[in-house]
Amino acid sequence: MSMMDVVIIGAGAVGSAIARELSRYELKVVVVDKNEDVGGDASKSNSGIVHTGYDATPGTLESRLVVAANPMFDKLAKELDIPFKRCGAILTAVTQEEYELLPELFRKSHKNGVYDVEMLTAEQARNLEPNISPEVKGGIYIPRESIVDPFALVVAYAENAAMNGVQFKLSTKVIDIQVEDGKVTKVVTDKGEIPTRFVINAAGLYTDDIAKMVGQCDFTVHPDKEDYAVTSEGLEEIIESVRRLLPAASPKDTITQYSGLRPVKTPEGYKIEASKEVKGYVGVTGVRSTGVTASVSIAAYVADILADEGLDLKPKTNFEPYRTGFTKFNELSWKEKDELIKRNPLYGHVICRCETVTEGQIVEAIHRPIQAKSLDAIKRRLWAGTGRCQGGFCSPRIVEILARELNVPAETITKHRKGSEILTGPNRLGD
Amino acid sequence: MFETNYDVVIIGAGPAGLAAAIETKKVGTQKVLLVERDHTLGGILQQCIHPGFGLHLFDEELTGPEYAYRFIEQIKPLGIDVLLNTMVLDIDRDDNRIYAVNRDKGVCNIGYKSLVLAMGCRERTRGAIAIPGTRPAGIFTAGTAQRYINMQGYMVGKEFVILGSGDIGMIMARRLTLEGAKVKAVVEIMPYLAGLTRNKVQCLDDFDIPLYLRHTIIDIKGKDRVEKVTVSKVDDNFNPIKGTEWDIDCDTVLLSVGLIPENEL
Repeated sequence: MSMMDVVIIGAGAVGSAIARELSRYELKVVVVDKNEDVGGDASKSNSGIVHTGYDATPGTLESRLVVAANPMFDKLAKELDIPFKRCGAILTAVTQEEYELLPELFRKSHKNGVYDVEMLTAEQARNLEPNISPEVKGGIYIPRESIVDPFALVVAYAENAAMNGVQFKLSTKVIDIQVEDGKVTKVVTDKGEIPTRFVINAAGLYTDDIAKMVGQCDFTVHPDKEDYAVTSEGLEEIIESVRRLLPAASPKDTITQYSGLRPVKTPEGYKIEASKEVKGYVGVTGVRSTGVTASVSIAAYVADILADEGLDLKPKTNFEPYRTGFTKFNELSWKEKDELIKRNPLYGHVICRCETVTEGQIVEAIHRPIQAKSLDAIKRRLWAGTGRCQGGFCSPRIVEILARELNVPAETITKHRKGSEILTGPNRLGD
Repeated sequence: MFETNYDVVIIGAGPAGLAAAIETKKVGTQKVLLVERDHTLGGILQQCIHPGFGLHLFDEELTGPEYAYRFIEQIKPLGIDVLLNTMVLDIDRDDNRIYAVNRDKGVCNIGYKSLVLAMGCRERTRGAIAIPGTRPAGIFTAGTAQRYINMQGYMVGKEFVILGSGDIGMIMARRLTLEGAKVKAVVEIMPYLAGLTRNKVQCLDDFDIPLYLRHTIIDIKGKDRVEKVTVSKVDDNFNPIKGTEWDIDCDTVLLSVGLIPENEL
């Protein structure tokens, strides 16, 4: 590969946001990720809350970046064409103990620079949300707490970055980072070497492994990355705490359960800085579940660090901030649906009944700048398979479409990566 | 937009929809329309390639597709209209119209005097019964596996554990064995069989497939693909009994844990 200005390791929310931010400038940038798709680890199990930062630890970098990010989302969601809703949140106090903590949390919010919070009486809380437990004693209303589709956000960052010239090397694992005379020279991967001036460690759960490659690891990341599962105790606990808050909620209404890993760094806290010992290495570590929110501000913060370190950020004249999302078939009027099907009959073939996803949308997702190649990649982009039948109806059909569009045998189609193939091979042929 | 009107519109052309269409026409209804989402009439019968259908109605043993054909062949002569590859997305009850989409016709806006919902069932999923564990590839509902194997021609695994002793699960146990796979266990939480005894004899006993009543799967392990399941005995309240659990190595879990009426509309 030719000489790059920046190699970003990790295509999660943070890495992809940095990629998009750097694509504003005349730079040669490549993103490397071991997974087959973007957003494959911590970002895929994010709650999708766009935090205000009201409950962050005041004075920390996390507080500063989360508080700064929230107001940026209106414009970001519009540019990237992703689902985003300013729904607001209520922090509820059900027990006396929780109730007594409210004034302190209220002041903490102010200390974080989040002043648009309001104390609620029990009655006010119930008026805002009638399903709330009758036991509720009071709460805090946080009007700018919002929700975003976290899968769509990562895909949109990455697609927009790719549209603006950033390269993505997925299914590519970083093995080493070479340093000469105290300067980063190249990133070594299982698919070859990438000479570069700068390397950004945005590897989330794996930031410790990457930091060790340049001898810059003064922290650890938990938990064990290979062993996580939904446990029956965990399920009981969740059901119990949801019931406490929303007594009408029934476990019978759940569609499915899943678990994921959130990076927990020791010592705790965002640490985003250029190394003093190894020129050209920038670590983005300690970013935890708030990272989906802070991704947009972290990206700008990292661009500043690169400029301070001597990277020339010359704005592109042709940067395109707008990215068009996938066709929202479900949101079209009957007339619009009809016209779309007349133009392309694939939109007349509904593949996922529960979420109303058509073959046309699936084909779109497969042929975008960041290709969807697995069942999970399709699921995260279009929500096909997330509904009540959990893919029972659509997955055999999606496997066939993936195989056809990617021109590969059906038995090579995976759930999420190599080793997770859905099929084991053709049936017996009359032996 | 494609607009048309019928006396009776039937959604779903499985056994119930086909029978409803035929009878509706036979009693003298003028205009009858069958709307089916798949590319062929017959519904789930088309993937039920095992025999055992038709004993009551035709006094002979037929496979699912053969049984379906007995109905399908009556549709055209009776003058029943059919829309295949058509998914109904909405019912407007105020104006008695359905909205459906189809590749050739686009949006179809169809008026009805009477509407029959014959959409069949969905299978209960792992999520619905909350089996703990990881989420690897290799977990299928029995009907989905049946579609892959019987309609699309692909095997879905090599070593199986089947949860639930419903008929589809037991029939799939035999089918998988005939395709060269090893079915290591059928596990049923109830103290009795969920499906027909006939199916236990013909699909499990004849193939030496062990059935564990009063047992369930309490954990699924595997990173990318299923690697093993943990099976445990349960007490009278269906809670796992500590100390009775053991692991079974397998690459696939089939779920045959019940059907839920399809009522998305």
